Amino acid sequence: MILQLNAAQFDKNAPVLYVIVGIILAVVVAQAVFFLVRAYRRGIKIGMSKQVLNKTMVRAGVFTVAPAIAILVGIVALSQKLGIPLPWLRLSVIGSFSYETIAANIFKGNVTDATAYVTVALVMTCGMLVSMFLPLITGKKIQRGLMKMRSKDKKWGEIFMTALFLGMISAFLGYVFGGVGEGGSGWIPVLVFFVSAIVMALCGLLLKVTKWRWINDYALPFCIIVGMASAVPITMLLG
Amino acid sequence: MKPLRSFDDNTHLYGRIWGIIAALLIISYPFVCMIIFGASIDWGLFASGASIIILYCVVGAVETFTYTPMLGSGGTYLGFVTGNLSNLKVPCALNCMEQAGVEKGTEEAEIVSTISIAVSSIVTMVILILGVVLISFLTPVFENETLAPAFDNVLPALFGGMAVVYISKNWKISVIPCVLMLLVFIISSYATGSGDLAGTLIGVMVPVGVIVTLVSSRIMYKKGWLGENGAAQTEVPQANENGEEDK
Repeated sequence: MILQLNAAQFDKNAPVLYVIVGIILAVVVAQAVFFLVRAYRRGIKIGMSKQVLNKTMVRAGVFTVAPAIAILVGIVALSQKLGIPLPWLRLSVIGSFSYETIAANIFKGNVTDATAYVTVALVMTCGMLVSMFLPLITGKKIQRGLMKMRSKDKKWGEIFMTALFLGMISAFLGYVFGGVGEGGSGWIPVLVFFVSAIVMALCGLLLKVTKWRWINDYALPFCIIVGMASAVPITMLLG
Repeated sequence: MKPLRSFDDNTHLYGRIWGIIAALLIISYPFVCMIIFGASIDWGLFASGASIIILYCVVGAVETFTYTPMLGSGGTYLGFVTGNLSNLKVPCALNCMEQAGVEKGTEEAEIVSTISIAVSSIVTMVILILGVVLISFLTPVFENETLAPAFDNVLPALFGGMAVVYISKNWKISVIPCVLMLLVFIISSYATGSGDLAGTLIGVMVPVGVIVTLVSSRIMYKKGWLGENGAAQTEVPQANENGEEDK
């Protein structure tokens, strides 16, 4: 096999690994483009305005920048131990920084041999098996169940959807306070949370006073960036 | 109704096909590496990770049932391939649906959710590719101790802004789950004297929060306490595409 190396030639940053990851991620991007084009065309067909659809794309893109940079930081953090291709793959597809870090730590120290590398990669992959396959099995049933529920009681259907989102937000609200028992440093995420919340409230106030509707598009990404930036001086004070 | 069903049926069909292809490719990575390097699996090392695998498989099952209704069909198939759900895709879809002024659970919401997750996935990929190409330049910046807290606090920054919008608009529905979650996380933190438990707890508490919110909302709905969908008349920066501010 032309690409075959041997265990002694192992390099966790071998060019061939970049090629493999590139191929996998190209397929994932193709899937995203496929669904994007399909949804856009469907939106036009059912009478949604191009303005709404285009603005949705801009909002999603702007919203993504700060969290995506944080994901990139995760790749950098894991690259010492695992090289770049494996963290790049794992943090670009279903998975999470916390899981990949825990899975990587089954091997103590930096991975330097092929056996440890493939084993760690396998553990990382196996932990996501359910997340990869279960939605394929249950997705249709869940969506059909929701449609049925909405057709029976539209108002409860709306409340149900709102309650789902709020359930998630309430859990993350609690999570932010999950370190307060540590003392000073545990309060850093709490203060960042409040900075972001205050900035959002101020954006709302500004929108009300000025009627500048563009504020609406950038309020949440702006809150994320100001919140993240505020973590620096807050950490200096409390860390 | 027929065209809608047909589009929906095709979404599930295409979603499954793409999902299977992506899953097989993702799973193939360690095995392809085995062939390339002529390496084998260290089963002892693998066994030491078994408990983590089981834990995250359970979390994966819970996330499937929690996030699928939120993301819609297309968003689900795409989101569960591209990942980063709670820290990016779900908040992004939620924000875009709210700003587009579409009613959750409708076909319009499904389309906005799918578009937002697709764009978010593509933008993430582009940023990560640029990051990987420029990693030698970026590493000193990202490993800078002064800047590190900014990257460690994405979730609080993200949910701080979102909480103001959603809790103020739906305060009746929010009170019970928010108080409960605050109590659980604060008590667990003081009981252990650290924040280490919170990272593990969040995987479990998202579905718990969802169930508590659904049950309490159902009770309030039945009692007729949710007159206007539990909404308070609060000014937050959310206006729909018709230029009408949501109240």
